Amino acid sequence: MAITVKIPAQLRAATGGEGELEVDGGTVGEALDAVFAQHDGLRERITQDGDLRRFVNVYVSGEDIRFQEGLETAVNDGDEVTILPAVAGG
Amino acid sequence: MAVKSLNCKECGASYELGAAYFCEACFGPLEVSYDLTDLDPGEAKRKIQAGSQGIWRYADFLPFEGRPTDPLEPGLTPLVRADRLAERLGLGEVWIKNDAANPTHSFKDRVVAVAIAKAVELGYETVACASTGNLANAVAAHAAAAGLDSYVFVPSDLEEQKLLATSVYGTKLVGVRGTYDDVNRLCTELSQTRPWAFVNVNLRPYYAEGSKTLAYETIEQLGWKLPDRVVAPIASGSLFTKIGRGISEWLELGLVRGELPTFSGAQAAGCSPVATAFAEGTDVCRPQKPDTIAKSLAIGDPADGPYALELARRTGGEIASVDDDEIRDAIRLLAETTGIFTETAGGVTVGVLAKLARSGAIGADERVVVYITGEGLKTLDATRETFRMHEIDPSLESFESELAAEAVA
Repeated sequence: MAITVKIPAQLRAATGGEGELEVDGGTVGEALDAVFAQHDGLRERITQDGDLRRFVNVYVSGEDIRFQEGLETAVNDGDEVTILPAVAGG
Repeated sequence: MAVKSLNCKECGASYELGAAYFCEACFGPLEVSYDLTDLDPGEAKRKIQAGSQGIWRYADFLPFEGRPTDPLEPGLTPLVRADRLAERLGLGEVWIKNDAANPTHSFKDRVVAVAIAKAVELGYETVACASTGNLANAVAAHAAAAGLDSYVFVPSDLEEQKLLATSVYGTKLVGVRGTYDDVNRLCTELSQTRPWAFVNVNLRPYYAEGSKTLAYETIEQLGWKLPDRVVAPIASGSLFTKIGRGISEWLELGLVRGELPTFSGAQAAGCSPVATAFAEGTDVCRPQKPDTIAKSLAIGDPADGPYALELARRTGGEIASVDDDEIRDAIRLLAETTGIFTETAGGVTVGVLAKLARSGAIGADERVVVYITGEGLKTLDATRETFRMHEIDPSLESFESELAAEAVA
């Protein structure tokens, strides 16, 4: 299944300039693992001990995965997974 | 004070003083660092006292080399002793820092003045923000004063007063069908594609520094003394933690003596991710979908939540919440005892003050400073239909009979 993962502009040095990556996976966690398999430099920046870092937010089609099943949240063909810094706002 | 760099609050990585807000290594928030070594406290104090009648008197503690030009300077709002409020609550010494007395009637003028000065310095021509209302007012007004274009993004169901008091300045007002957290996500994405200064996204490290001036003013207005306790609202947690940072800076520099006060945070029960984490003893704020009349505090995913928790715990304080009825009662309590009409956020703060006073958490010998961050006229729905008007004919007889009816009732 093709999932689009959007990478924040500030991290694109680690993806060779790519802002959107097409990967396969049935859950957010699997999609992210597929991203890390392509660009290993991202793993350490986004996750720590297998979990998302505390200032990383991940959305599936605009909805925060913490309101769903976290990294176990199911993704379907055509879904967009967006990685964003959590430190905005207020 | 010489402004030095941006540093990650999580891993300490250092960045240049540009439009950056999160650490590329760990996503942690960036914060402005200063070099304090050359600052003489006596000289700093003299400069402050000879300075302008607003926040720029503290320019040495803000992220600029010199004092920026600011056509709409906020700050030096009244700190008033509230003896009648203290008496009603069984407390000893209560002070109200009335930050509704700013150009657009909320504390947001402080953070926006700093962010817009930085935007001008960095060469931006357009500023923008994600707002729950007060920030929208401030960005639109300060952008107008500085001659910059502005885009203001808000949840579309915001109070009408806040929409009107934003659009009047000629900004491009965008109402997003969603919560504040949806607006915030959208602006975070837009900040990657538009060459704009989003005051609370890519300029957030500078913006947040503006809240330190609330701490500086309080200390100065108390005669260079500290309160024992601070009671302040928490939305993102930025204001709360920056009051702490401002006090800590002056303690370290020797501009004031004593200890960091106890920090008590206030949230609305209908949006209380930080109060909930406090009660559960964790440092993770699980996001919430807000449902409260305190829309200016309705941030379900607070960026500085972990740091607000840390500050409250480190100082022996707490983070508590009050429901919508308690918020309405507290707006009235503050108005009746001090003559200050606050918006719902102030109702949350005074409501938590009252709750802590009733529970005995605040000692009768404590000097308490309560931060009122916004104006009651901006949230009229919260007080609509709470008044009673005596309607009479324009005659003495009509007035006397109305009064007699009142006496019987």
